[in-house]
Amino acid sequence: MNQPESRWSDHAVEQIIGRLLQLGVLLAAAVVLFGAVLLLVNHGGTIASYREFQGEPAELRTIAGIVRGAAALHAAAIVQLGLVLLIATPIARVGFTLVAFILQRDRTYVWITTVVLVLLLFGLVFGRGAA
Amino acid sequence: MTILTLAILVGIGSFAAGLLGSLTGLGGGIIVVPMLMYVFRVDFRYAVGASLVSIIATSSGAAAAYVREGYTNVRVGILLEVGTTAGALVGGALTGIIDPSVLKILFGLLLVFTIYRSLQPRAEHEILSTPDRWATRFRLDSTYPTPGGRQHYSVRNVPGGFVLMFFAGILSALLGIGSGIIKVLAMDQLMRLPFKVSTTTSNFMIGVTAAAGAGVLLHLGYIDPTLAFPVMLGVLAGALLGARLLTRANVKWLRQLFTLILVVSAARMLYDGIRSVL
Repeated sequence: MNQPESRWSDHAVEQIIGRLLQLGVLLAAAVVLFGAVLLLVNHGGTIASYREFQGEPAELRTIAGIVRGAAALHAAAIVQLGLVLLIATPIARVGFTLVAFILQRDRTYVWITTVVLVLLLFGLVFGRGAA
Repeated sequence: MTILTLAILVGIGSFAAGLLGSLTGLGGGIIVVPMLMYVFRVDFRYAVGASLVSIIATSSGAAAAYVREGYTNVRVGILLEVGTTAGALVGGALTGIIDPSVLKILFGLLLVFTIYRSLQPRAEHEILSTPDRWATRFRLDSTYPTPGGRQHYSVRNVPGGFVLMFFAGILSALLGIGSGIIKVLAMDQLMRLPFKVSTTTSNFMIGVTAAAGAGVLLHLGYIDPTLAFPVMLGVLAGALLGARLLTRANVKWLRQLFTLILVVSAARMLYDGIRSVL
């Protein structure tokens, strides 16, 4: 913590984290917006009801399915990809914090941050594995 | 309603929720779920999914500014995120098991608690300077900017704060909220961080907590792209505008309006939940 001579001082790390978060949200919002426009142009007139819960189809529930759908330019999958990027933003932030703690040789916080990162990736990649 | 009409109306409503949430400092998530349910007739689970995703956007957007101002305690945030992310995964696992009517009652109770907390006068407690065993072990003590320069503060009751964070994480995934009210309670009241440090660190953590929960909800099929996009873009735009207007807006009547919405939502949630349980 008290190492102002280091390039990886807490302050420098905080500056980069701030930028990273902004960039991630902007990128995610842009992808969501692109998919949304496509969705409205193609299906804007369709009747939608969310009164009954049916759950999303399998291809919009897994990362692999979403990436495949987005690559095929399916509007809903592109929106979903943007939302996955949004979920990934705080995860990337934790990943960067981990790198910073490694460079600071802060062993305690390397371990703590690793635990957070593993929990987050577990939730995003496996999801129902927790059930 | 067609997808286009729904997107426009939900977008406007979410924009208002994001604006109000950021101006009052109480967050938008807690009113997005009731709005989707009772104005747009959306099922509780879809509402939770869309709301949780929008929270990541607003939290990360606001956290970016606060982190650079030097209020956020990154170490406290990371340490407590172990508790909130573990809680969010547990909450995500529980969400398919617990009956939605029970969750509505839980949501109603949390709204009542939020009203109670928002009506209490915000008194800044004294800043502690005596070291605590856990805080020293994890090097949590830090400084924060005040008009008279950076002031040092000490942190205490780390285990208690950690346990409360675990429950905040569970609630976040179950109800599609940021649980900021509980996070601030843990840091401000229990761990004795300065108020501004508590709120900004809470905001910093909300994105990570929500991301853990949202990952699980994505796999459960709770996140519908057609519903989630107007919510996410609307809340984000509202929160960004709110952050710019913050210094000029008359917060007093906005808080009263927000409290009124919370009261109506709480009554509706509790009535709904209790009626279907009986």
